Amino acid sequence: MNYLADVGALARKDLLLELRARDTLPAMLLFVVSTLVVFHFVLPTGSSDLAATGLLWVALLFTALLGLSRSFAAEREQGVIDGLVLAPSDRSAIWLGKALSILAFLVLAEVLALPAYGLFFRPVDAALVAGVALADVGIAAVGTLLAAMATAGRARELLLPLLFLPLAIPIVVGGVGASVAEDPGRYLGLLGLYDALFAIICWASFEYVVTE
Amino acid sequence: MSTWSRNNRLPALATLALILTAASIALIFFYAPVDEDGLNQKIFYFHVPIAFTAYACFGWGGWKALRHLWKRDEGADLESYVAIHLGVIFGVLTLVTGSIWARYRWGHWWVWSEDQLVLFLVLFRFYCAYFMLRYSLPAGPQRANLSAVYALFGVALIPVSVLAIRLSQRFIHPIAFDKGGPNMAGSQFLTFCVAVLAMLTVAATLYNLELAGKRLDVRLRELREALQ
Amino acid sequence: MIRARALEKRYGDKRILRGVELDVDTDGFVLVTGPNGCGKTTLLRLLAGLAAPTRGELDVAVDRGRIGYLAHEPLVYRELTALENLDLYGRLYRVPERRERTGMLLERFGLWDARHAQAGSFSRGMLQRLALCRTLLHEPSLLLLDEPYSGLDDEGARLLDRELRERAQVAAFVVATHEPQRLEPVATARLALA
Repeated sequence: MNYLADVGALARKDLLLELRARDTLPAMLLFVVSTLVVFHFVLPTGSSDLAATGLLWVALLFTALLGLSRSFAAEREQGVIDGLVLAPSDRSAIWLGKALSILAFLVLAEVLALPAYGLFFRPVDAALVAGVALADVGIAAVGTLLAAMATAGRARELLLPLLFLPLAIPIVVGGVGASVAEDPGRYLGLLGLYDALFAIICWASFEYVVTE
Repeated sequence: MSTWSRNNRLPALATLALILTAASIALIFFYAPVDEDGLNQKIFYFHVPIAFTAYACFGWGGWKALRHLWKRDEGADLESYVAIHLGVIFGVLTLVTGSIWARYRWGHWWVWSEDQLVLFLVLFRFYCAYFMLRYSLPAGPQRANLSAVYALFGVALIPVSVLAIRLSQRFIHPIAFDKGGPNMAGSQFLTFCVAVLAMLTVAATLYNLELAGKRLDVRLRELREALQ
Repeated sequence: MIRARALEKRYGDKRILRGVELDVDTDGFVLVTGPNGCGKTTLLRLLAGLAAPTRGELDVAVDRGRIGYLAHEPLVYRELTALENLDLYGRLYRVPERRERTGMLLERFGLWDARHAQAGSFSRGMLQRLALCRTLLHEPSLLLLDEPYSGLDDEGARLLDRELRERAQVAAFVVATHEPQRLEPVATARLALA
């Protein structure tokens, strides 16, 4: 119970920070819409649905990277991560709290992006939304841990996309597949498997990412 | 481990590797039946064992990473790093031999329809990022920890990627293609096994060689420190 | 409470600490002195558990939740108010009667009026006072203080003197400082790092 309270306190802190700073979320919203507009010019006429859906996922992925690269900014710039690590709470709570707040940002960005996509390209169906929802969980889980890793080193803005993109491939496959295949079940299953497997790994290994 | 066996393990391993490699080359070119693909099919005897060995290296690297995090084994981080380093080298070879194979088989230097190649590309990318991660951090326990966690992610990524790539083929290449998995005759199988063993021993030799070199570096540094 | 033998800490090729020996009782007060860059901060980080020694023995017989660590940085969020910062730490450290204790500490360090202001608007001295509140919030039995007087004005220093005097008997202290003379009266031991 204490664990959940810790997670809640940390997630609340992240949301509060964003409310005060107001830099990450607006950037994400603007970025995703701008990208979709650019994509309109990128697609030649007669492009398949697959191309448009693929581009949506590219947009979502890079919007997520934008948000993730800022996720540990406060902890890093002010060294606060030490304060959190020293606390008697389980270190994985730091990960979970942060991942939940990233998830919230992603969902908010998609609340804007999906209708925009539906407007610009093709209508959004339930399978797409389900795919996006499941993908968000995976992106938040893995992305948060990798953001913490990237924070530790030099060239952190460059490092995060490098570390993240190979791991994002199954997510993209699952997401695009769920949107275009006649049988979205398999792809949603892939996403679910990915989420479960990597969430557990992240949860178990975050301790080692922030301690020596 | 006694000094004698340690000193002699490396040369013994190298000799074994040499013997097995010679044997497998002999078998590949003189013993195994030539099928209709001709000499090009011989690439298969290189490509798959190399791929297999690369997986083995990544797996070993992952195992050592786990030992580092879980049991805090001394030197496990170095062993993990060397294994992954070797895995990437074999990975490049896999991609190259795979590309040659693809060229002869389908006439293109790259085919997305070959699951194995795509998987390797993804993994290759992943493990290159492993090195970027290591280079961005100063040496120390933090680098060891982060590398180990990332290596474990790599191991978990393999099965998930296999599944993902297989699924992705369905909507990228809906045309059914000839999987061409080898149904091997006995003689082919023997050649194949020897080739796999040869590659693994070569990898083991290189692994121990590189490890010995790196350990020597560490010892030298420690001695220099102690003398200060 | 703390026992360190032949402690060594290396970062890559650079050796920061070598052969450090330390014993601290439950009511000990150790002053750590030495020039800049000699490893005072590193030693405190090792004692706090933020870093692991490269070699040597280190035994700190205290739970993480009973350690109070004052670092060079205040370890507070700039966009959160003083009250919100302390509330967060209070929750993470499971401080009983969190609100009362937070209020009391803010009062003791003269920050009560600024409790609703964001930490980012604080002066250096106020940040240090807030950091001290954070450090003392959970009644730690081991206090690791890295240059606690830095940034404090006379008033702040006086408040800190008072706190330290009151707690010197009930907690163990390891304090890295450039002004050992100030704390001589309460110190039980000294450690000079080369």
